[in-house]
Amino acid sequence: MDRADLLSLAAGALGTLAVSFLAIVVAAPLGLGLALIRWARIRALDPLVAILVSALRATPAVTLVLLVYFALPTVGLSLSRFAAAVATLGLGSMAFNCEIWRGVLLAFPAEELDAARAFGMTRWHRFRRIVAPQVWRHALPALANEMTLLIKVSPAVSVIGVVELTRAAVRIGATTYAPVPPFLVALAFYVPVVGCIVALQRLLERRYGKLAA
Amino acid sequence: MIGRGLAIVWAQRAMMLSGLAVTAEIVAVSAVLALALGLLLFVLVVRSRGGPLAVAISWLIDLMRCVPFMLFCYLVYYGLPYCGVLLDGLSAGIFALTVYNAAYFAELLRGSWTALPREQIEAGSAFGFHGWRLIRHVVLPPVVMNAVPMLGNQMIQIIKDSAFLIIIAVHELTYAANEVQATFYVPFASFVAAIVLYWLLCLAVEGGVRAMVGRAEVRR
Repeated sequence: MDRADLLSLAAGALGTLAVSFLAIVVAAPLGLGLALIRWARIRALDPLVAILVSALRATPAVTLVLLVYFALPTVGLSLSRFAAAVATLGLGSMAFNCEIWRGVLLAFPAEELDAARAFGMTRWHRFRRIVAPQVWRHALPALANEMTLLIKVSPAVSVIGVVELTRAAVRIGATTYAPVPPFLVALAFYVPVVGCIVALQRLLERRYGKLAA
Repeated sequence: MIGRGLAIVWAQRAMMLSGLAVTAEIVAVSAVLALALGLLLFVLVVRSRGGPLAVAISWLIDLMRCVPFMLFCYLVYYGLPYCGVLLDGLSAGIFALTVYNAAYFAELLRGSWTALPREQIEAGSAFGFHGWRLIRHVVLPPVVMNAVPMLGNQMIQIIKDSAFLIIIAVHELTYAANEVQATFYVPFASFVAAIVLYWLLCLAVEGGVRAMVGRAEVRR
């Protein structure tokens, strides 16, 4: 491995961070939205969301990224590799975020909701003023854990040729005929990144209590 | 057009089902081996509580939980030959899934053990259970039973991670779906069919977990 190889590994690491970060940004609001649909028991949508979330949670990221990248063009929606990668990781993470939010929403004390209702608060008002300010901190540890899962599954997008760290390592290994060193460099990137988020998760758990999910 | 795709996938069902069979076999074998190895690691940690062995194992478990499975899979596949071990893709894949998930299983068991009331173990030793017999008869049964839902979740993770083995050319379900889509150009139908099959596998695991938890409740 020479200097150019290390540079391409660094570029790959940036790719991994970019894809993961954008996927988190996409997944967080969508997951919360789906959880709210289920929480509010909106009649037509609730079972659809339940089925979608159940299927997405069972879908391997590799299979999903192949579906998104190769199948969407057949229905007239062509995504770039990078967009397909973000969409895939975002969809998977959205399903897990939905379950996390649903868990904390279901654990919310019914008495407080009844009290809010007795004060004549509308559904949106109850969520905005009573529920949201209290539940978000209980969701944080699980959301941090989901972030580590997302980073660990992000190499899946390399199967469609997105430039990210694992793919960069594979390509260097293929040209130098020494595959192990670039993988060890990649390892030295993933472990501290994921390790930091795990440490953050433990801190959040200590501060806000573990989620009973 | 989707109808045509589904018809082609149906015509190629032998290919898809053989992929499903390989995936199910990989998952079953590595889940059993990983659980056995995870139990062993857990018992070693419990027995040498606070000792250097326990610290070393916990450290390795924490390290493993920070590594993406796909990277680990590549490391096993390309790294083992350097150690003089030559494995084909399937064996390397099962080996990687086993070692990787043993760390997660051990951690889940440790979590379940931490949540176990100390009095229960003290009562066991008061009744004269020590060492291995204490672990076998007093510690392990509740620790494993309480961990069943988490172990089931991890097994679903194994199902999902098994799709990564496509990168080392294991002929599992995603590989089969990719072959069908590449040959007949039916990406939508073939990958959706694969996802439905993965979903059914996961639902089967969830059903199994629910049945086990239900039986444990009855016995309690």
